[in-house]
Amino acid sequence: MAHILLRHREIPDINKLNVYKKNGGLAAFKNAVTKMKPNDVTDVVKNSGLRGRGGAGFPTGMKWSFIDNKNWPHYVVANADESEPGTFKDREIMESNPFQFIEGLALASYAVGANAAYIYLRGEFWEVAAFLDEKIAELEAEGYLGEKLFGTDYSLKIYTHLGAGAYICGEETALLESLEGKRGQPRVRPPFPPSYGLYGKPTIINNVETFTNVPVIMANGADWYKAMGTADSAGVKIFSLSGRVRKPGNYELPFGTTFRELIYTHGGGVQDSHKVKAIMPAGASSSLIVVDDDKVLDTPMDYANVRTLKAELGSASVIVVDETVSLDWLINKTVHFFKHESCGKCTPCREGTYWMSNITERIHAGHGTNADVDLLLNVAKQMQGKCLCALGDFSTTAVVTSIERFRQDFDKAVKA
Amino acid sequence: MSLAKKYPKEVKQILSKYPPEGKRSAVMPLLFLAQREEGYVNKEAMQDIAKIVDITETDVAAIVGFYTLYHDKKEGKYRMQVCTDLPCALRGADKFMEDLCGNLGIKVGETTEDGFVTLEAVTCLAACDKAPMFQTQGPDGIKYHENMTVDKTMELVHTLKNAIGGGK
Repeated sequence: MAHILLRHREIPDINKLNVYKKNGGLAAFKNAVTKMKPNDVTDVVKNSGLRGRGGAGFPTGMKWSFIDNKNWPHYVVANADESEPGTFKDREIMESNPFQFIEGLALASYAVGANAAYIYLRGEFWEVAAFLDEKIAELEAEGYLGEKLFGTDYSLKIYTHLGAGAYICGEETALLESLEGKRGQPRVRPPFPPSYGLYGKPTIINNVETFTNVPVIMANGADWYKAMGTADSAGVKIFSLSGRVRKPGNYELPFGTTFRELIYTHGGGVQDSHKVKAIMPAGASSSLIVVDDDKVLDTPMDYANVRTLKAELGSASVIVVDETVSLDWLINKTVHFFKHESCGKCTPCREGTYWMSNITERIHAGHGTNADVDLLLNVAKQMQGKCLCALGDFSTTAVVTSIERFRQDFDKAVKA
Repeated sequence: MSLAKKYPKEVKQILSKYPPEGKRSAVMPLLFLAQREEGYVNKEAMQDIAKIVDITETDVAAIVGFYTLYHDKKEGKYRMQVCTDLPCALRGADKFMEDLCGNLGIKVGETTEDGFVTLEAVTCLAACDKAPMFQTQGPDGIKYHENMTVDKTMELVHTLKNAIGGGK
């Protein structure tokens, strides 16, 4: 099947405006602005079953319908902070199919009545931001962005904004704080951004991949989109496949594709023909899925089915761990990541990640004891449900599931 | 020279992106502008930025301290930031880093004697399928270098040195 998001795989120069237009690009946006009411755009997205691709999987159209119409102006923000270890799909979209992403952002802006939209990119995407600036300028020059579009009263400006290296800014309220020129620390929610967002105004925030789905949904209809994927998870998803596979990369596949197809058919199997030991389906924030029989690999990847394996699909950043990897080493890596990225605002996360990293470091260095493993599990569980944002909980997921599901690795790593 | 005098066009362009009530948003792009030449933000620049966006110098310093891509002291001309996070490490990033240290003759966190390269270990850069990889942060901005080997890296260092005359 031809790609609908990674369209550059079939049309390599779709990042040129004339090529994008020749392939149907921007017709959906022009049609919406000139012929549709904003609410009708939201309704199509709602009916398509599209869910947010940043990790939480919240229904996109429903989120848009939450925008507070008593408070103006409205803003739309694209979350291009892509920082979850194992996730690298948004960068490929922005570099290779930028106009479809920008058109989706424009459609969302029209749907909620925003005249300004920001693309918040992680600071490392310096070159991507410069590239998008060029693309936005081209769209302005051709009258697709700017004042009074297509002879209507609707105006839209899109701006890029670079972060400066902080995973926490992928959390939507931390992102808003950062965009406002503050330290990227999450806000207490509620209120949620659709009522209190950027500069205190109603704001819709979605992931890059989510926006990129919107133009094809508007062009082909909700039913066309819903026909792909599964009942619970409509459409296609870009799976970022990494770790110990032969062919890591982004694979756009319908929801419901099995782990086996992703890892073996697309990913070429495990390096050196080793066996898959564990799968992390949602990057470093994952629960570790134990791969001890064939049934696990034959599980369809959608939100509901991955949950039956006691894990979340999240952003579908599938990290493959083979039998050569010891889980005490692995969680030492993930815990160090979260300790580094904890914003410091709430105590359970700031202190918890610090203490967890002390223990994982000790175990990994061969100085740990069985009591350390129990202590680590205890600290992790004490943190759960007590942190201000999801980062704190995410830092514990791999720790708890590794110890509970792969205790033998820790027994081997510690002194008796 | 103050930032506004040195880069009048850039400062104006940055401020134009945000509504008047959101002027403070300009602080992050201004910090990138301020560290463009020297690779770090000096005290004077922080004072300038505080004035431009109407916040205190302490607020500006807090931003510099919070985000990893801002620096408050001079180090190597180029920062070589190698991702050693889990997905890269599963594809040999730790070994790559170790070999790179050997070739550059420095440890992680150190700067080469000629002041050209500071080697750093960083968290995920969203290039997990192209490990080993690193980014360089230098006078030409931030650039990605993917599917790297130690040989290719040493060659890059050589090329960069030739391009700008090297050292301090």
